[in-house]
Amino acid sequence: MATAREIKRRIKSIKNTQQITKAMQMVAASKMRRAQIQVVETRPYAEKIRAVISHLAERHPEYRHPFIVPREVKRVGLIVLSSDKGLCGPLNSNLLRQVLHFVRGQSVSTDLITLGRKGRDFLRRTGQAILAEATGIVDKPKLIDVVPAVKVAMDEFLHGKLDQVFVAYNEFINTMVQKPTIAQILPCPLPPGVVRMQSWDYIYEPSSEKVLDGLMPRYVEFLVYQFLLENIASEHSARMIAMKNATDNAKDIIFDLNLTYNKARQASITTAISEIAAGSAAVS
Amino acid sequence: MATIKLDIVTAEKLVLSDEADFVVAPGIMGELGIFPKHAPLLATLDVGEVRVTKAEEVYSFFISGGFIEILPEQITILANTAERAEDIDESRANEARDRAEILMAQQGDNISFSQAEDSLKRAAVRLKVVQKKRASRGGGLAGTSLDG
Repeated sequence: MATAREIKRRIKSIKNTQQITKAMQMVAASKMRRAQIQVVETRPYAEKIRAVISHLAERHPEYRHPFIVPREVKRVGLIVLSSDKGLCGPLNSNLLRQVLHFVRGQSVSTDLITLGRKGRDFLRRTGQAILAEATGIVDKPKLIDVVPAVKVAMDEFLHGKLDQVFVAYNEFINTMVQKPTIAQILPCPLPPGVVRMQSWDYIYEPSSEKVLDGLMPRYVEFLVYQFLLENIASEHSARMIAMKNATDNAKDIIFDLNLTYNKARQASITTAISEIAAGSAAVS
Repeated sequence: MATIKLDIVTAEKLVLSDEADFVVAPGIMGELGIFPKHAPLLATLDVGEVRVTKAEEVYSFFISGGFIEILPEQITILANTAERAEDIDESRANEARDRAEILMAQQGDNISFSQAEDSLKRAAVRLKVVQKKRASRGGGLAGTSLDG
């Protein structure tokens, strides 16, 4: 049996770890709340741009923007969102498993664009073709942060090098559940339209084609931006849960160690007393 | 007098939601002046200044391009970025202008030249908005700020 002093030292070290995991849990919880607020704040823009695009698509079906025309698929692109940091449970590995499954399930080859360090490192290790990569995702990203990665995908799509583009991210269902999801962004699924055919139409400046040409790339960028925000909310909630589990585990271990420590202490006292008793018996 | 509802939104957040008497927006083909009961219009916006008139007061925003949707009762500006005049960092805009001017003077390849030209334009408009704001003094915003 370990000596009482050794056990004491282990208890102290685990208590330190527990303090750290507890702090990380708190930080993740507050970051998660902020990320959720950010998701909510994108809603006004989302609603407006969806309404305008579906109106345009309804009123001007004769104009087909290249982003919405499906074509024969010879090569597929996949934008993989992941976190830069670890310690967030199985979040990234679940998503990346899904990504590998997706890539292997395609009958054509897939080019990857990674946003986030974990995804890049893993996919590079498994020898996937990576077209572009970006890391250093901040906790409060702006739309501009996703633009370079999406631009690569949009350019390749326009030049006919990619015929379909997907995004892999963790959908934020609730604090406990995050779902690895792969969503198509190109050709762009049109937002579910307001089916009623409006009787009026806008005046366009310069023209309906030009306005739609300008709106479509924004819309695609915005979709990816929303996915990124969801992924960040997922990351923080997964980390919060992982750290909570770690804190709870530390508590259990400390409890067990305390028991062992007390037993060791008692045993040493008992031994001491019996020795004294034996000693005094021998003297008298 | 009738008013028209004005929302300025960026992908990140709702920048402004207010009632206005008159709004001027930088359309790609020239400035658009909008009174209530305007005909439905959808336009591309250039880098420029959005001026909002409300109860005799004028306040302004810098936007770096975007779209405007006008309905008789409602204006929505989908801006790439939007800053209210009060929030513009003048020294940063100055620096950006100087940088862009140097880049343009160096006359690199075409892409970087047009990029420099774009950023020069953005910096210049930002400065214009903020300087005009200073000249007019005050003209602050009613308590409708939604900035986080």
